[in-house]
Order: sequence, then C-alpha cells, then structure tokens
Amino acid sequence: MIDVLYFAWVRERIGLPRERIETGAETVAGLVDELRAKEERYAAAFADLSSLRVALDQELADFNAPLAGVREVAFFPPMTGG
Amino acid sequence: MRVAVQSAAFDLGAEVAAFTAGVRGAGAVVSFTGLVRDEGGKLSAMEIEHYPGMTEKAISGMVGEAIQRWSLADALVIHRHGRLAPGEAIMMVATAAAHRGDAFSAAEFLMDYLKSRAPFWKKEIGAGGADWVAAKDSDEDALKRW
Repeated sequence: MIDVLYFAWVRERIGLPRERIETGAETVAGLVDELRAKEERYAAAFADLSSLRVALDQELADFNAPLAGVREVAFFPPMTGG
Repeated sequence: MRVAVQSAAFDLGAEVAAFTAGVRGAGAVVSFTGLVRDEGGKLSAMEIEHYPGMTEKAISGMVGEAIQRWSLADALVIHRHGRLAPGEAIMMVATAAAHRGDAFSAAEFLMDYLKSRAPFWKKEIGAGGADWVAAKDSDEDALKRW
C-alpha cells in the first residue's frame, strides 16, 4: 500500500486530496498508467505529465524514479511559492 | 535558522527586530517581504495551498544551503498559507552576514528557490472566478544563475 497525495488543480480534478493505493507499479510512470486507467478524472489529471511534478517521500523526483520502499507519492503542478 | 510555515499574519517589524537582535558578529541584515498584489483591484483574495511536512523540509534545506554558501550568521523564512487579502504579507526572508553582498545574494537565492522549489500553490480569487497561478518559465530560469 502506498499513500498518494494530490495538490492544487490535480487535487481538484481528481476530487480528493489523498488515497491509499495497492499498486504493483515499479516506477512513478507505471503508477501514473495505473491511475489513468482507473477513471476519466484521473486520465484528465494526468493527461500532460510535462505540467506535473512528483515527490517521493517528500523529495522531488522524476517520473522514471523507482517506487521500491516509497511510502508517500505526491502529484502536483509546478510550485508557485514566494 | 528559523523556518515558520503558518496561516497567521506576522509582525514584520517585530520579526526583523528580533532577528537582528539575535545575530552575533554580523555587519549586515537584509530582509525581503512579499505582498499579495491587488492586480489593479481585480483580485479579492489569494488562497495558498501547501504540502505540510515537505514544505518545512524543502525550505530548511534551502536555508541550510544559503547559510553554508554565504557564511550567514543566521537566516529566517516565514511563509503563510490559507486565504489572504490584497496588501497582506505572504512571506518574508531575512539574512544576516558579515557584509551586505552576501546577505543580499543569500536573500535573492532564497527568494528564487522559494518561488519554484517550495511546495506552495497560489490561487487568485476575483469577481470572475478563481484561477491557479501558473509557474513562469522565468522563475525556473532564475535558478540557473545559482
């Protein structure tokens, strides 16, 4: 089981802030493919990966990163702090 | 180092005074404050979402790097989240160093990194609805100079 978190418009498009997911995916990209296949709202949120960022256990990562040992995955748009 | 991520407003004068009083051996203190723009009267509020846990970790990491790189005596970052009105302070950075060049550079570095590497997302709320603020390519480019 892995915790998947969504922020900003990704959260709004999917309609929830976090969920626990049983996944066999080996990489972030594999997890994204599983999510896209779930429902249309996921497919819409993950339509363009270039407009998304991912963090693994609260560290920025890329979509090819392995999921082994990861407890928390977060998807969000590019950050707009400051 | 102090990093605070909070919804409450902060007292800019009191924070800068306390920070300045606490540094030893520094000759320069620089502070920067970011405010909510009213966008010509079109903005009624700004909502700032963040990623609790990662936000504090990411900011502490960049502050640690700034302290090392510019031999800072100390550094402070306060960043707010939640609903803010035009004119309210969103965040502040203060840096203390032996000389002003290092204090200015470190403050600019922290601002550039907070913009695109701290997990905050801004939403502008106006009469016509609400829109997420898009990240700018220029913000990403700004990191290259460091």
